[in-house]
Amino acid sequence: MSGKFVVGYDGSASSQRALEFAVDRAKAQGGAIVLAHVLEWSPYSFLTPTELEERHKRREEELERAETAIMTTIVKDLRAQGVTVDTVIKYGNIPELLVKIAKDCGAIQIVIGRSGHSTFGARVFGSVAGALVQSAPVPCTIVP
Amino acid sequence: MHRKNLHAAIAAAGLMMVSAPAYAQSVDEKVNQLFASATGWFVNLIFSNFPGTAFPWIVAWLVIGATVFTLYFGFVQFRAIGHSIALVKGDYSDPDDAGEVSHFQALATALSGTVGLGNIAGVAVAVSIGGPGATFWMILAGLMGMASKFTECTLGVKYRNEYADGRVSGGPMYYLTKGFAERGLPGGKVLAVMFSVFCILGALGGGNMFQANQAHQQITGIVGAYPGWITGVVFAGVVFAVIVGGLKSIARVTEKVVPFMGILYVGTALIIILMNADQIGWAFGQIFAGAFTGLGVAGGMIGALIQGFKRAAFSNEAGVGSAAIAHSAVRTKEPITEGFVSLLEPFIDTVVICTMTALVIIITGQLVAGPDGNYLLNEAGTAIQTVGGTSGVGLTSAAFGSAISWFPYVLALAVVLFAFSTMISWSYYGLKAWTYLFGEGETTELVFKVIFCIFVVIGAAANLGPVIDFSDAAIFAMAVVNIIGLYFLMPIVKRELNSYVSRLKSGEIKKFE
Repeated sequence: MSGKFVVGYDGSASSQRALEFAVDRAKAQGGAIVLAHVLEWSPYSFLTPTELEERHKRREEELERAETAIMTTIVKDLRAQGVTVDTVIKYGNIPELLVKIAKDCGAIQIVIGRSGHSTFGARVFGSVAGALVQSAPVPCTIVP
Repeated sequence: MHRKNLHAAIAAAGLMMVSAPAYAQSVDEKVNQLFASATGWFVNLIFSNFPGTAFPWIVAWLVIGATVFTLYFGFVQFRAIGHSIALVKGDYSDPDDAGEVSHFQALATALSGTVGLGNIAGVAVAVSIGGPGATFWMILAGLMGMASKFTECTLGVKYRNEYADGRVSGGPMYYLTKGFAERGLPGGKVLAVMFSVFCILGALGGGNMFQANQAHQQITGIVGAYPGWITGVVFAGVVFAVIVGGLKSIARVTEKVVPFMGILYVGTALIIILMNADQIGWAFGQIFAGAFTGLGVAGGMIGALIQGFKRAAFSNEAGVGSAAIAHSAVRTKEPITEGFVSLLEPFIDTVVICTMTALVIIITGQLVAGPDGNYLLNEAGTAIQTVGGTSGVGLTSAAFGSAISWFPYVLALAVVLFAFSTMISWSYYGLKAWTYLFGEGETTELVFKVIFCIFVVIGAAANLGPVIDFSDAAIFAMAVVNIIGLYFLMPIVKRELNSYVSRLKSGEIKKFE
């Protein structure tokens, strides 16, 4: 059994809880963790000419920051515990990409945390958890 | 004694307060005179007519250029439009490139630089002078202009500079230099320098002073008259905060509101047209009849043609080269894809938005016709009589207002916002030309940005005449240089086009799922 658990991870406390949950399951089953960090991005947003010019540079910086500030330490920690970890950093719509990542690596489960807020925005536009549950190809665990 | 002094002081202060507006007015006038005498020769040169006609050679230059590109690329604007839309939707974008500048973003930014006063005020001028028939020639010129945009934007991406830190910089000054060198042609550098000089002037003129001026006209139209420099200082402050202070929040709000305003404008126009659905057939009849007979308009068919061509050229900037600067930042392996995307720009700007304005003016019956069906001229004999004697933005505003009473307020807000976003875009175009001439670096860039802000104040203070003339002249001088360059470089675009089309057909270039 080497099932993969895709964990939506952004370094926040709730994503930390999701990761702990997934790590426990992975250890018990001898599975692996895929740490997925998605930077929210729409190709249909509007930018100023200066932002266009600097976009490539900013993207490199953002990827670099995600790698060093969010991924590096936690990956080291997990490997020290003997857990197999892969990382994926992508730009786009969070639920869509989590689904895609899960499909691509043949994951058996997606685990995400939830912020616990029920904002007005979430009521209108839907939340990541809500969208993910609707579209996930594999079982989904939302860790409170 | 003391009391006497105090009285004198109060009287003096009162006098100063009373005289302040008068003093400001005279500053306005002085700026005007200085301006007109300093730029008159340049304006006359660019807008001179062919001998014995009323046809400005610069308009012919742009339309001939657009026609040559249309024929040379085998009507690419009609053959490729489906592919253009697929590209904008992102069908051919590599998902791994997410986070980079998409085709949509490059198009949207370039559009926010061109959609503006030309679409609202300029069309009203064209229709009131050239009659409904001007609309026909405007659409035709807009369709042709798509090929010019296609050519210049492909070259813009192909010859852009990519710096080590990941920034990109492109535009006619780069393709003129590198493209000419690649083809072993002399003079590329000279053209590039000329283009840059005109681009800086155009940025300060049409991209700045004209916009500030029109924004001021709009605001005074609602709150009443006050000196132009006040609007100028406020606008300059906001522009300064964005381009020097890096205050992204303002720019971001504008960039979001402007597309919304554009959609609202077209949507409202459509509603007004549908409200008068029974008139649609008649309106198109007027447009076609007017295109070939002039319907009694001053100048007849030729008058309609000149006005229509002029407006299309002035509104969508095809062939001017400005769009090539904005489109250059896109992430693509194939420069030609940005060419395909950019050809949508004149379509949206001229064929859709300008036509909406014209249709609303015609359909709401703003133009006064005599009993014989021909239009009546105003007292001066220069334009068609309008219902309220309005012209320019006022005419568009009256046309929309006759159907939806509160819409003129929305329109005024839209004009001010369009003016602002056009200024932001042109400040960038000007800056790119400036850094091409004087080199990159924070100090040189700051110098240009400060000059730009000063011109906002001048633009708002000067009266309409000299500002409009100078702004148009500077922008069209860019087109003279740019189109010469495009003629020499179009074989390169043709090679890119053939290679791309054959790979698209063979399946080497595929859609991403």
